[in-house]
Amino acid sequence: MSAVWQILWRDLARLLPGSTRAGGRGGTLLPLLFFLAVATIYPMAVGPDAPLLARTGGGVIWVAALLAAILPLDRLVAPDLEQGFFDQWALRGISEEAVIAIRTLAHWLSFGPPLMIAAIPASALLGIDGATLRIVELGLLAGTPGLAAIGVTIAALTAGLRTGAALSGLLLIPLAIPLLIFGAGALAGDSGSAIALAGAISLVLVAIAPFAGGAAIRASREG
Amino acid sequence: MLFSGVSLALEAGGALHVAGPNGIGKSSLLRILAGLARPFSGELTRQGNLSLLDERLALDEHQPLGKALGFWCRIDGCAPTAHTELLGLGDLLDVPVRYLSTGQRKRAALARMIGQQSPIWLLDEPLNGLDAEGVSLLETLTHDHCTHGGIAVIASHQPFRFDGLETMQLADFAQ
Repeated sequence: MSAVWQILWRDLARLLPGSTRAGGRGGTLLPLLFFLAVATIYPMAVGPDAPLLARTGGGVIWVAALLAAILPLDRLVAPDLEQGFFDQWALRGISEEAVIAIRTLAHWLSFGPPLMIAAIPASALLGIDGATLRIVELGLLAGTPGLAAIGVTIAALTAGLRTGAALSGLLLIPLAIPLLIFGAGALAGDSGSAIALAGAISLVLVAIAPFAGGAAIRASREG
Repeated sequence: MLFSGVSLALEAGGALHVAGPNGIGKSSLLRILAGLARPFSGELTRQGNLSLLDERLALDEHQPLGKALGFWCRIDGCAPTAHTELLGLGDLLDVPVRYLSTGQRKRAALARMIGQQSPIWLLDEPLNGLDAEGVSLLETLTHDHCTHGGIAVIASHQPFRFDGLETMQLADFAQ
């Protein structure tokens, strides 16, 4: 049990925003800054049309969240695989599935809650009202765990590939479509059931991710 | 297929030097022994935990050495500074792992492996980068480990010497 906490602690220290452990590059803050940059630039691109901004703003927040979830993919699994961490965990009887489950949680904590907080200033920039912001926040809460699960699974699948970083982004987007449809679709009305569906998809993805990711890591050993 | 017909049994206190030229399959044999790779056919049984030392450190490069080793120590339940003095790493604990020299990295990996306190040691090219003093230190440590009932398998193309060390030429089994 203590190993689980140690691994979670190490993952969080590597992934949480503001952490200096990501090679000292400050890379952990980038997804958040990217998210806010998109929310800032969007009104400039479509013009100062407040009703249009308010109507489309929720969708923009979702697309920005999706892109922010893609940014850290290349350092989620690949560095640990290269440096032999997964082998050493396996020798200690810590399964790949457990490590992937922990990493999914850490990845979500590193971008899900920060994005939900950043969505508040973003909603002001986009002119979104309070009721809509509430739906956006609930949708993000339901959908981002699924995004984290897809992200970690794909990071594990592409960890052994040389062009993993670019490929993983491309692979994540189509898999995230159901989450986007229901998560962002909640904004179009009948928000309760859409958010519930997004949450259900998230749960399925979170349940599959450890097994898919663990199998991917074991397969990469054989190659 | 790299080799066939390999058969070996090691009991407590046993030590085996797997020798052979580059590319003959020493590392693959060790990974099979570690359970990280599967043999095409054959059987493998073992009792007791094992630890593996290979060319990959499994230490966070940007972390100071002390903290990077501490991560494994907390998982393995060993004292954070165990063996670091003995291995000549005492002054390097505040230095980030990425600044260590090749030999110092090997010593750091040894500290991680010894901290695991497992009865079976699998050493893959442990002498790479070690100076003469480091080589004799590692030979002594491995000898001590075996005299205390441990098992060691050393894969190396370099000579490795201590009393009771058997040698297997992997080339004899090569395909």
